[in-house]
Amino acid sequence: MSTAAQKRPAGPARLDRRTRLRRDKSLLLMTIPAVVLLLVFNYAPLFGIVTAFQEYDPLVGVWHSEWVGFDQFRQLFGDPAFWASMKNTLYLSFVQLILFFPIPIALALLLNSVISERIRNFFQSVVYLPHFFSWVLAVTIFQQMLGGAGVLNQFLRQHDIGTWDIMTNPHTFALLVTSQAIWKEAGWGIIVFLAALSAINSELYEAAAADGAGRFRRMWHITLPGLRGVIVLMLVLRLGNALSVGFEQFLIQRDAVGHEAADVLDTFSFYYGIATGGYSYGAAAGLFKSVVSLLLIWGANKLAHAFGEDGLYRT
Amino acid sequence: MTNALTIGSRGGKHRTAATAARRRTHSARPSWDEPPTPVGQAAKGLTLGGTLAVILVPLWIIVLTSFSTPGAINRAGGLVIWPDGLSTETYRQMLGDPTIVTALGVSLGITVVGTALSMVVSILCAYGLSRPRSFGHRFLLMLLIVTMFVSGGLIPGFLVVTGLGGYGQWWALILPSAVSVFNILVLRAFYQETSSELIDAARMDGAGEWRILWSVVLPTSRAVTAVTALFYAVGYWNSFFNVMLYMPTDSQKWPLQYVLLTYVNRANGLPGSVNSGFGETHAQTAPLSLQMAVVVLTLVPLVIVYPFVQKHLRTGVLTGAIKG
Repeated sequence: MSTAAQKRPAGPARLDRRTRLRRDKSLLLMTIPAVVLLLVFNYAPLFGIVTAFQEYDPLVGVWHSEWVGFDQFRQLFGDPAFWASMKNTLYLSFVQLILFFPIPIALALLLNSVISERIRNFFQSVVYLPHFFSWVLAVTIFQQMLGGAGVLNQFLRQHDIGTWDIMTNPHTFALLVTSQAIWKEAGWGIIVFLAALSAINSELYEAAAADGAGRFRRMWHITLPGLRGVIVLMLVLRLGNALSVGFEQFLIQRDAVGHEAADVLDTFSFYYGIATGGYSYGAAAGLFKSVVSLLLIWGANKLAHAFGEDGLYRT
Repeated sequence: MTNALTIGSRGGKHRTAATAARRRTHSARPSWDEPPTPVGQAAKGLTLGGTLAVILVPLWIIVLTSFSTPGAINRAGGLVIWPDGLSTETYRQMLGDPTIVTALGVSLGITVVGTALSMVVSILCAYGLSRPRSFGHRFLLMLLIVTMFVSGGLIPGFLVVTGLGGYGQWWALILPSAVSVFNILVLRAFYQETSSELIDAARMDGAGEWRILWSVVLPTSRAVTAVTALFYAVGYWNSFFNVMLYMPTDSQKWPLQYVLLTYVNRANGLPGSVNSGFGETHAQTAPLSLQMAVVVLTLVPLVIVYPFVQKHLRTGVLTGAIKG
C-alpha cells in the first residue's frame, strides 16, 4: 500500500488542497443535494433529541420549551407500559431469531442442490416477490387467508368444525407475526446465502468425495464453514436490530390484538409521542431505544470479531 | 455430438429427447456427487413446491375473487378458490369510484416524482464520491454512513418535518425518505468499477465530470440503475406510515396503501364517505370482490416492473451487502 503510494510519480495526492478543491469542485457540487437532504432530515432530528430533556410544547417550539433534565426518563423507567413494550420487543425479537433465522439458510441449501437452472430461477423469482409487498398488503393477505372471514375459517365453518381466529388472538401473536415475517422476507433472505454458496470452490467437494465423504459430511465440513462468514454477518445485523422488530407490521395489527400483545418500543414511542401528544415522552423512549441499539450493534460486532469474523465493520 | 445425431435420425424423436435429457443431467451433476435417493428427491420436491404454494395460492385466491361474480362469491361463502363464474364488473365499478381513482393517481404521482428525485440525487452523490482521492470524499462518506447507525428517532424526525410546515404537504411524503444511503453506496460501488481507462480517455477528449457521468458511467451501469430505481419506487409505492403521520385526515390525499389499510384491512366504509358524505352505499363495507380488486390494484405496478428488474436483483443486493 505505502510502497504503491510512494511509487506513484506525481499523483493527485500530492497536489495542495486548493488545487484539489478547484479540480474536484464539480464532484463536490454533485453531492450537495443528497448532503442537504441528509442534514435536514437525518442530522437535524439528531439535535431534536434535546426534546427528550424538555417538556416540549408545540406552540413555543424547541427553543422555548421548558427544560426538565432527566424527568422524562425517570417517569419512563417507572412506567409499567414502557417495560411491557420493552418485554414484548425482546420476546418478539427472540422468537423471530429462533424461528426465522435458520429458514433462509435451509432454503438456500435446498435450492443450491437443485440442478435444473429453470426450476432454480423460477423458484427465486417467486420467493423474492413478497419482499416487495407493503406490510399493509402482507397483513391483508394473511387476514384474508387466516382471519375471521378468511379462507381457513370459511372451510372450518362449512365443515362444522368451529372457528379459529388467528388474527385477533393475543396469545399466538408472536407466532403470527413471525410467520408473516417468514412469509414476506425469508425468500429474499436466501440471496446472500446463495451467493456465498456459489463462491465455495467446487474442487473442495470433489476432493472430499474422493476421500469418501458422503453428502452430509461434505455439508458439515465444507458447506457450513463456507457459509460461516455470512451467517455471522447476518446474525450481527439481526442482533443490532433486535429492538426494531416490525414497526409497521405491529402498527397495523395493534388494534386487532390489543396493545398488551402488540406494543413494542417503536409503537410505544409513536402512540405516546405523536398520537397522544406527549412528544417529549415519546422522544425519550425513542432515544433510549437508539442508545441501546447502538450498544447492541457495537457488542454484536465485537462478538463477531471474537469468532474471528469480519462482522459489520472493522476499525 | 455426431453420435447423438445418428441415433436421433435412426431411432426417431423419442430417443433423441431421452438421450439429450440423460446427457444434460449427466453433465450438470458433478461426477463426484451421488444421485439423490427417491425419498430425498420427494422431500425436496415437496418442500420447494410447498414454499411456492404458500406464496402463490393466496395470490391466486385474491385475484380470482376479484374477478368473480357476486353469485360465485355467495356460493363459495366468501373467497373463491375454484373459478365459478367470472366477470370484470368489479374492475369497472372500481375505476368509476372517485376515491380509488384519486388514490391510484396519488400513489403513482408520489412514486414517479419521488423515484425520479431520489435517483437524480443518489446518482449524483454516488458519482461525486466515487472518484479516487477526490477532495473531501472521506469526510462526506463518513457523513453518509453515520446516518445508517445513528438516528434521532421517530419524534424528532416528525418535529423537524412539521416544523418546516410539512403537515399535509406532498413533500412530507417524499423528501424525508428521498435519500437512501444504502442505495448510494450500491451505486458508488458500481461506479468505482467503471473502467478508469474509459474515463481517462473521455477526460483526454475534454469531457468534464458531468459529461463523463452522463455518457460514460451511466450507460455502463444500467443494471444497477434499474435495481436502485426499483428499490426506491417500491419504497414510495408501499409507504403508508408517513401518510399516517402527515396527512391522516385528508382522504383526498391518501395513496392506495392507506386506502387499502382503512378500506380493506380495517373494513371501514370508503374513505370518501367520511369527508364528503355523499353516496349512502359507500358508508358500509365494500363488497368482497371490490376489496380484493383494491388488493390486486396495489400489486399491478409491481408485477409489471418486476420481470424486467428481477434478473438484476442479485447484483444490486450483493454489492450492497458486501461493500456497503
